Amino acid sequence: MKINDVILRTVVKAVVFIVFTLGIYLFFAGHNAPGGGFIGGLVLGSGIVLLYLTYDIETVHRGMPFDFKKVAAFGVLLATGTAVGSLFFDAPFLTQTAGYFHLPILGKTHLSSVTIFEAGVALTVVGTVVTIILSISEDE
Amino acid sequence: MTIQFSVLLPFIVAAFIPFLYRRFSKFHIGWVVLAVPVLLFTLLATYIPRIANGKTFVKTYEWIPSFGINITTYLDGLSMIFSLLITGVGSLVILYSIFYLSTKESLHHFYCYLLLFMGAMLGVVFSDNLIVLYAFWELTSVSSFLLIAFWHHRKASRAGARKAMTITVSGGVAMLAGFLMLYAASGTFSIREILASVEVVQKSTLFIPAMVLVLLGAFTKSAQFPFHIWLPDAMEAPTPVSAYLHSATMVKAGIYLVARTTPIFGGHEMWFWAVSGIGLVTLFWGSFNAVRQFDLKALLAYSTVSQLGLIMCLFGLGSAALHLGYSTESVIYTQATFAALFHLINHSTFKGALFMMVGIVDHEVGTRDIRRLGGLMALMPFTFTIAVIGSFSMAGLPPFNGFLSKEMFFAATVAIGNLDIFALDSFALVFPIVAWLASIFTFIYSVIIVARTFLGDVKPERLENPPHEAPFGMLISPFILISLVVGIFLFPNVLGHYILQPAMASIYPGFPSSSQLTPHISAWHGINTELLMTLGVVVVGVILYKTLKKWRPLYQLFPQRYSFNAYYERIIGFSEKFSGTLTRRYMNGNITYYFIYIFLFFVAIVVGYSFMTDVFTWDPSNDASVASYELILVFVMIFAAVALLFAKARITAVLLNGVLGYSVAFFFVIFRAPDLALTQLVVESVTTALFLLSFKFLPDLRPERASKMIRLIKATISISVGATVTVVGLAVLNYDKFKPISAYFEDSYNLAGGKNIVNTILGDFRAFDTMLEVVVLFIAGLGVYTLIKLKAKKGDADVEN
Repeated sequence: MKINDVILRTVVKAVVFIVFTLGIYLFFAGHNAPGGGFIGGLVLGSGIVLLYLTYDIETVHRGMPFDFKKVAAFGVLLATGTAVGSLFFDAPFLTQTAGYFHLPILGKTHLSSVTIFEAGVALTVVGTVVTIILSISEDE
Repeated sequence: MTIQFSVLLPFIVAAFIPFLYRRFSKFHIGWVVLAVPVLLFTLLATYIPRIANGKTFVKTYEWIPSFGINITTYLDGLSMIFSLLITGVGSLVILYSIFYLSTKESLHHFYCYLLLFMGAMLGVVFSDNLIVLYAFWELTSVSSFLLIAFWHHRKASRAGARKAMTITVSGGVAMLAGFLMLYAASGTFSIREILASVEVVQKSTLFIPAMVLVLLGAFTKSAQFPFHIWLPDAMEAPTPVSAYLHSATMVKAGIYLVARTTPIFGGHEMWFWAVSGIGLVTLFWGSFNAVRQFDLKALLAYSTVSQLGLIMCLFGLGSAALHLGYSTESVIYTQATFAALFHLINHSTFKGALFMMVGIVDHEVGTRDIRRLGGLMALMPFTFTIAVIGSFSMAGLPPFNGFLSKEMFFAATVAIGNLDIFALDSFALVFPIVAWLASIFTFIYSVIIVARTFLGDVKPERLENPPHEAPFGMLISPFILISLVVGIFLFPNVLGHYILQPAMASIYPGFPSSSQLTPHISAWHGINTELLMTLGVVVVGVILYKTLKKWRPLYQLFPQRYSFNAYYERIIGFSEKFSGTLTRRYMNGNITYYFIYIFLFFVAIVVGYSFMTDVFTWDPSNDASVASYELILVFVMIFAAVALLFAKARITAVLLNGVLGYSVAFFFVIFRAPDLALTQLVVESVTTALFLLSFKFLPDLRPERASKMIRLIKATISISVGATVTVVGLAVLNYDKFKPISAYFEDSYNLAGGKNIVNTILGDFRAFDTMLEVVVLFIAGLGVYTLIKLKAKKGDADVEN
C-alpha cells in the first residue's frame, strides 16, 4: 500500500529544523532555565525519529551517516570521562567547574564543565533512542 | 608520578590494542605490548637506590573523600619487590608468548586481558587504600578468569576459569568484609594510618573476625589448603599465562596481603598458627600430590601450591618476632620473614623458567604427559639445561638460589623450637619434621621432571610431533630466568641489601635498624642441622625415587571421592540443578506473572512498613484548594484509565495510555515544573512512536479467558497497588521526620553556578546518579539492539566444544 504523504513530508521538512533548533536551545539553556542534556537529547532524538517516520531509513542515513551505537558509546565515554577527568586536576571525582570568559561575538559568556558532561548525556540519549527505534523498525 | 603512571599505563595500552590490532593484522601485537612492562620495569628499577635508603613514595588523589576512599599510591620496599616481579616476569612472559602464540589466535583479546591483569596487579601492590586495593584485587580475579578461559571453546578451560573465579572471588568478598571491620576498628581505610594506630585495632573486638576474613582472602588467592583446588585446573590456560599468573603474580597477591597486614595482625597467637600452620599443611599436601601427577603442567601446579605454602609458613614463623618485640633473640625469627621474601623471588625465577620449559616441550613435542615423554636430552639440549637448573633449584640443591632459601627455611623451622610462646614447646617439633618430609617429596618430583622428560629412551611413536629444539626466541626468557637462578646464588647479598632489606622495614615498622634484620646470606654455612637435613633429603629422595613404582599404590590410597575437589564439584552440581529448577518454576515466560510478583512485593513491603511505623498520616487542612481545571484534568485521566480497561483493540489502548501520559505532563505544567513537563512530553512522544513501530509485530488483544477466581485475585492485586500508591502520595505531603534538603539546593547558583535547580542537581549535586543513569540507558539500548539484531541464526555451528 502506498501512502500519499506529501503533506507530512512538506510539514516535516520545516518542523524538523524547528525541533532540532529547540533541542539545541534546550541543551544550552539547561543550566539556568528549563532544559539540559537529557531533554535536549530526547528532543533531538525525537526529531530524528520523525525523519525516519517520514522518509525511509536509507534516505535519512545518507543525510546523517552516523552509527548511532557509536554516538551513544561516545556519549557514555564523554560523561564518565569528565567525571574521571577531575582527578587529573587533583579534585575529587565528578568535580565540575565554571567561570566567565570573554569570547568573540558572544561577549561575556558563562562556561561550565558541566556542559561537557551534559553533552555526553545528550549524545547517549540521542544514540540510544535512535538505536532502539531503528533496531525495532528494521526487524523482520 | 611514576607509580600512578605505571598503574595506568597497562590500562591505557589495553584500550588501544583492538585498534592497533585491526590496523596491523600481520604484525604480532605482542611486540607493542612488550614495551609496557619493559618500560615500567626500567622506571621502577630507578627507584631501587632510593628505596634501599629507606625512602617511601606516597601520593594521594581524592576519589570519594567523604568516605575516606582515596586513590593513594604507596611505594615502599614490599611493593617494590612485587612490582618488580610483576613487570619483570611480565616482560619475559610476553616475550615468550610472542613466539608461543601464533598470529592465528585472537591475540588482541589475549594481550588486552594480560595488560588488564598486569595493571590490576600493580594496582593491588601500590594501593594504600583498602577499598581501592579490593577493587584491583577483584579485577585480577576477573582478568585471570578471562585469561584461563582464553581457549573458551574447550570445556575444561571454562570449568577451570569458573573454579578459579568462584573460589578467589568468594575469598575476596570475605576480605572486603574484613577490610570494613578494620575500618570500623580504626576509622580509616589507609593501611599506613591503620599501622599508625595499630594498638587501637588490636584491642578492638573486631580484631579476630577481621583477621580471619582477611586471611580467607589471602588463602583463596594464594591457593592455600583447602582452597588449592583451583590452581591445578587453572592450568588449562595457555602456558605463558600459567607462567605469569600461577608462578609469579596472581597467586602471590595473597602472599602480598599477608606480608602487608603482618604488622597489623602479626604477633597474635592465632595469626601465627593460622598462617604458619596452613602454610605447612599446604606445603606438605602440595608436594605429596605433585609426585603422583602425570601431566607436567599439573605437576608444576601442585609444586606451586606447595611452594606458596612454604612462603606462607615462613611469614607465619616470622610474625612471632612481632609478639616478642625488638630484641637480639627476636632477630632470629625475623630471618624467617627474610627467607620468605627471598624464596618469593627465587620461586618466581625458577618456577617461571620451568613453566616456560614445559611450554616449550608441549609446543615442540605435542604432549606434556610424562608417560609418553623421555629421552629428549639429546634432541633438546637447551631446554634440558633449563629444566635441570630450574628443577634443582626447586629441589633446593646447590649451586642454585633455591638452595639458599631452602636452607634458611630449615633454619627457621628449627629455630622456632626455641620459642616458648604460643604453646610452641609442645608442637615446635612438627615444623622441622613436616618441612623435611615435604622437601623429600619436592626433591622427588623435581627429579621426575628432569628424568622422565629428558632421560631414558625416546618414544617417537607416542609423540605428536617429531621432537626438535625450540626456536631461539622461545628460549630467551627462560634463559634469562635461569641465569638469575645462578646469579642470585652467586651474589645473594646484593639482592638482600637492595631489595629485601627495605621490604623487611615495611614488615617490621617498629623495629629500629633494618640492616640488623638482614642476615648475611652465605652458600657455605658450616656443617649444621640445615645442611644435614638437606643431605638427608637427597639421600632419602634418591632411594624413594628409585623405588617409586613400589610406592605408587600408596598415593592411590586416598580416595578421590573424598577430596576437596570432589566436594567442590558436588556443591557446584547441586547448586546448578537447584537454581535451574527454581528459576524454571517462577520464570515461566508469562509477563502477567512477573507483574504479579513485582506488585505483590511492592504492596507487601510498603503496606507492611506502614504498619510498623506511623508514616501514613493524612492531614488535608494544610493543602491548597483544588482548582476547577485541575478537576477537569483528573476526570480526563480517570476516564482514560477506566476506558483503558475496556479497550478491545491494541491501538485504542496505546492511545489511551498516551492520554494519561500527556495529562500528567499538563499537571507538571500547572504545578510549575517545566523541566518535568518537557521531559514527560518528549518521553511520551517517543514511547508512543516506539509502540506504533512495534505495533505490527504484536498480536491482537484477545479477551482473557480466565476463571472468575483468578480474575478476582488479579483485580484485588491491581486495586491494592493503586490504593497503596495513592496513600503513599498523600502521606508524603505530611512527612516531616527529616529536615527538608531543599534549602541546600536553593543555593544552587552560588554552589554550582546554575540558576536551574533541577539541572544543577542533575549535573552537579547528584551527577553520580546521572552518570550511572546514562550508563544504564546505554546498556539498555545495547540490550535491545543485541536482542533484536544478534539472534542466533538457524543452523549455526554449535560452539560448545
